[in-house]
Amino acid sequence: MGLFILRRLGVMLLTALCLTFIVFFLTNLYPNLEKLAKTQGNFRMSDEAVASWLDDRGYIDNTFVKYGRWLGVAPGWVTEKDDGTVTGQCFEENAPMEERATFCGVLQGDWGFSLVFKDDVSSLVATRLGATGKLMGFVLLVMVPMSLLVGVLAGMREGSGLDRSLSTFSIATTATPEYVSGVIFIAVFASSAFGLKWFKGSATQAIENATFENFTLPVITIALYGMGYIARMTRASMTEVMTAQYIRTARLKGVSFGNIVLKHALRNALIAPFTVIMLQIPWLLNGVVIVETLFNYKGFGWLLVQAAGNNDIELLLAVSVVSVVVVLITQLISDIGYIFLNPRIRIS
Amino acid sequence: MEPLTWTGPLGQFLDPVLYVLSAVFLVAVVVQIVLSLATGGARVITNPDGTLSSAGGAYDLSAIATRWLGAGLLLVVLGYIAVGVFGGPDTAGIIGGMSQQLLPVWIALIVTFVLSIKFKRKLGLYGKLFDSTVGMIGFALVMFWVYAGVMAGVLDWITTHESLSQVSGMKNKVPGTPLRGAEEGEYAWYLLGGDNLARDVFSRLFKGAWVVVQIAPLATLFAFMVGITLGLPAGYYGGRLDTILSFLANLILAFPVILLFYLLVTPEIVATGIPNYMATVLFIFPLIFIAVLLNSRYYTQPSFRTPLLIVVLGVLAWIYLSLISTGGSIVSTDTYRIPGLPNAVDLFNIDPGILVVFVSVVFVNAPTVFRIVRGLALDIKTRDYVAAAQTRGEGPWYIMLWEILPNARGPLIVDFCLRIGYTTILLGTLGFFGLGLESESPDWGTTINAGRRLLAVYPHAAIAPAVSLLTLVLGLNLLADGLREESLKD
Repeated sequence: MGLFILRRLGVMLLTALCLTFIVFFLTNLYPNLEKLAKTQGNFRMSDEAVASWLDDRGYIDNTFVKYGRWLGVAPGWVTEKDDGTVTGQCFEENAPMEERATFCGVLQGDWGFSLVFKDDVSSLVATRLGATGKLMGFVLLVMVPMSLLVGVLAGMREGSGLDRSLSTFSIATTATPEYVSGVIFIAVFASSAFGLKWFKGSATQAIENATFENFTLPVITIALYGMGYIARMTRASMTEVMTAQYIRTARLKGVSFGNIVLKHALRNALIAPFTVIMLQIPWLLNGVVIVETLFNYKGFGWLLVQAAGNNDIELLLAVSVVSVVVVLITQLISDIGYIFLNPRIRIS
Repeated sequence: MEPLTWTGPLGQFLDPVLYVLSAVFLVAVVVQIVLSLATGGARVITNPDGTLSSAGGAYDLSAIATRWLGAGLLLVVLGYIAVGVFGGPDTAGIIGGMSQQLLPVWIALIVTFVLSIKFKRKLGLYGKLFDSTVGMIGFALVMFWVYAGVMAGVLDWITTHESLSQVSGMKNKVPGTPLRGAEEGEYAWYLLGGDNLARDVFSRLFKGAWVVVQIAPLATLFAFMVGITLGLPAGYYGGRLDTILSFLANLILAFPVILLFYLLVTPEIVATGIPNYMATVLFIFPLIFIAVLLNSRYYTQPSFRTPLLIVVLGVLAWIYLSLISTGGSIVSTDTYRIPGLPNAVDLFNIDPGILVVFVSVVFVNAPTVFRIVRGLALDIKTRDYVAAAQTRGEGPWYIMLWEILPNARGPLIVDFCLRIGYTTILLGTLGFFGLGLESESPDWGTTINAGRRLLAVYPHAAIAPAVSLLTLVLGLNLLADGLREESLKD
């Protein structure tokens, strides 16, 4: 078991390295750097001015060297100007010689500086991640019980009217991406066109002060899209359990239907949905980006859009590291959890 | 001229009927659900002659009521459409106007359904689809958009105005607003209102359907070619090949899709030529697939195989080269260019914006298809008929493509339908973030993005494409469900 986790962690590390390198490579292509130089410096810079601006900041070097610098395994860039001022990646301008660090990268705990927000990447990501954590927490709180309930109710009597209506409902939710349901919700519940101004169409204030009025629509929008899939998986697992031999035995013994569902079937039926729920979390990340943009909720997804739209390299790298880690950790948890939950496959 | 209402004069009779019927229908459905929980379903009675009959009871009664009320509801809706086709906007309002514009789609749908149901016993899996209600509803929704997209995009039939023409005074107007001073021969209303640039929402909706109907199935098909060509050997051979390919697939899957889109679909990346390289690599897979498919089948008859391969591959290679080369070069950046097919023999040029969208959608979808195909191959290669083929001395590619793949077709067809829906969602996502296609493109995602800024005041411009996307994807999901149900029956 320990070896299994170790191997998975090794693969995780390799995946994270490969992915950040791909992001690094794509953001460091010359046209992207040119755009960066022009937005940071001056939009009317000549080609030579762009080249020298980039050269002074170490952007022209080999991609592998630059990646090594970001990781903290290669020494940071140091540029000496003609007038004698020395600028470097790892120290302030004209800092005394002994205070000049050679390495500053992720390994040293330095995630870099966001050029768009003019702030440390680590603190930016941490605060935004907190805001998104709140959103995700509420989403899971709504989504998981609802989808399990829908799935169990639909699966306990296959082919009944209840099953058919609930299955149609879950198919409909999987067919409604967040930008569609969000738009419809805002139009119906928050616009003047329909006159039902029950909720607010913007969740900007929900970061400090989440109320029922401004937080309901974003939460429901994300939860609904993820719900259908989990519910269908739960239904499939429930129908399978309900046809098992031991359920028939319980029925023949005369156990009431409610007891069969609650005491006999439910425990075995909930193993498979656990995996699905864990694997659904990375998908929620997509929904989070869309919903945070639509409802103007300034969280992690909003940060991703800002970083990517402005080619803010170091911020984008940190954002991709976080999202990749989320994806890989949820996969790991779902694998380990499945082994623990399912008595049939315990690794010795 | 008076602005149109949704249902016009016809609505005065039919609207109350519709409201009452739908209210009663909802009550009946709820009653049926409650009864299905309370009672144990219909009781079965054995008759003296040995036959069975259900004893009915309250639950059965409610089920019958739901069925009849549903049929009645459907009849009323069809009534709106039928009256609309003949009466147009003057008798049936906006609904009537739309249904009159859509007349060719209705005819095509009716012809398709009549023919398919008549010959369904001879049509294999497609014919069996018409045994399941869910499948038929899904198929109808999908075919509605396919016909509407083709007729609006290629034949220019359904639309009432130019998708880019702006009419003064029509900015953000609500559905059914008449055009001020409409000229002779010009359609006198904006059926679904005007958007924030005073363009007709209804016409843009159907022009946009053509963009989706064009890109989504084709991109899914390419993703399947890539996934199958790589997934079959990974599952069949296993070992190191499998480890490497699976790692790469998981790598792409671990990326948040939106981050990948933001990295790939920007003008800066297009300028570096990366999408062209990716297109060059991804579009070669169909060629490889078909070449291997034919070769493994006919390599014992070289006199037949060689001319066949030359003709088929020649045509495909021509299409392939036309696909990847634009203006005489495959990749053309500021510093260098790789020459491609010269303009004289280039069949078609693809807009670079569409190409990058297409390539990134294929790139995102291919790893999932790879994993599905690999799993199926792993399962099927243990079967007896594969062992029999191995004993016969068939080559590995023959076994993969002519023994394993045909036996994996059921799940693959179902997944193909689902995946077209997912691709449609991805295309919408790209449009929603304003990536790839130009901002005046009529596709649904871009239109939703343009409309969402004024959502709180004028929601109609964003709701129309949102509902269309919803119905198309829902149709594809229902179709996949129906296919799965029917293919499980044998």
